[in-house]
Amino acid sequence: MLEARQLSFQFAHNAPLLQAVSLTLSAGQWIGLSGDSGAGKSTLGKLLAGYLAPQAGDVALDGAALPKSGVQPVQWLPQSPELAVNPRWRVGKILREAWTPSDAQCQAFGIKTKWLSRFPQSLSGGELQRVCVLRALAPAVRFLVADEISTMLDPITQVELWQALKQEAQKRQLGVLVISHDTALLKRLCPLRYHLSEGQLKQVS
Amino acid sequence: MRLVLTSQSDQPRLRAAFSLGITTLLVMGLVASQWLLGDSAQQMQFDARLAPPSIDHWLGTDALGRELWARTLAGLALSFWVGCLAALLSTLIALSLAALATLSARLDALVSLLIDTLLSVPHLILLMLIAFALGGGTQAVIIAVAVTHWPSLARVLRAELLHLRQAPYVRISRALGKTRWFVLHDHLLPHLLPHCLVGALLLFPHAILHEAALTFLGFGLSPSQPAIGVLLADAMRYLNSGYWWLGVFPGLGLLLMVLSFERLSSHLRRAL
Repeated sequence: MLEARQLSFQFAHNAPLLQAVSLTLSAGQWIGLSGDSGAGKSTLGKLLAGYLAPQAGDVALDGAALPKSGVQPVQWLPQSPELAVNPRWRVGKILREAWTPSDAQCQAFGIKTKWLSRFPQSLSGGELQRVCVLRALAPAVRFLVADEISTMLDPITQVELWQALKQEAQKRQLGVLVISHDTALLKRLCPLRYHLSEGQLKQVS
Repeated sequence: MRLVLTSQSDQPRLRAAFSLGITTLLVMGLVASQWLLGDSAQQMQFDARLAPPSIDHWLGTDALGRELWARTLAGLALSFWVGCLAALLSTLIALSLAALATLSARLDALVSLLIDTLLSVPHLILLMLIAFALGGGTQAVIIAVAVTHWPSLARVLRAELLHLRQAPYVRISRALGKTRWFVLHDHLLPHLLPHCLVGALLLFPHAILHEAALTFLGFGLSPSQPAIGVLLADAMRYLNSGYWWLGVFPGLGLLLMVLSFERLSSHLRRAL
């Protein structure tokens, strides 16, 4: 179980962004998070994945702090896949940075063998996002923070990506926090949804 | 109708390739001349002392009747090797310290302090002190130039590394369980290689100018070596006597070499 316990966060010289925010994500659970731009959705996602340290409160995985080294059980997936990959690496190397996905897993995510020898600049945003999502699904990973990962994709690619992720998450009982502005998408994917506003989480009925 | 053969983005690459070609020819000519010349730079002709430029003595001769073209070429070759080694050593120091600065905040503060301290001390004074303390000679000049020229490059590399360290793919790599060494070696350093190449090329003209300056002031290479600094210092003694070729040709040679490397590094910087 991944828990955010009374998290408070503010960037230097700015008003508090999150004020005593608590959230619990269980194995296999999908939670949706919406909110206005600048409300702190991505910040909350980064706090959960250990990319940022909270000023107050803590993030606990099964009651203990997140591990300091090794493959992190909570992985953050950013909106722009172009920034999430080393532009000097070929796609095959990027995909296998932490683990080696099977051919069946590559197929499930629509990753074609011919992409692997290319550089990321020659792939579209949607193609690259699939690579980034599969890369993050290393065996030790238990929770995902999907931060607007389908915002820049066309509707068909969006459906394909979410279907593949849903299947993999079901198989492995992954907990997923989906951050998006798209309330229709959140409704379809997540039984439990929250709206972040003025540093507070409110459950959406 | 005007035919445009190259796009705007190709121009810097073409210029860099042209500069690289010219500089490579210059360097190959210098290296080859040292094999072909043998000890011509040291051969004295007492019947042709201080001879002006002519068909027999292309760039004239010095006070001991030695051919100035041979001595200028030998001096430029010596300057080239000194400059190469000093620039390489300097770049290695800059890269190592910049990499060290990324490992912890304390090390970063220490490296920054070292950079600021060295940048605040006048270059030439420090060069003279180090070369003097090391007893002069080729080795001392290389060490002195290398030890004093790394700070500005280290500052650029450190800033670039600190920026890259926050890049999402670097942070994701750490989250995927990769070690700091892996991130430094596989993600960060390959990005710095173009910066290092341009930095080393920019350091090179500085290095040879300072080598010549140190030698001219008597703190560098031995007067028995045909270094450009030695030739220029010799020329100073005859400055008022009308023997203009003693200073003009070695000076022009040095200027040509410095300019060609300076142009190459500036074109490469735009192209990369």
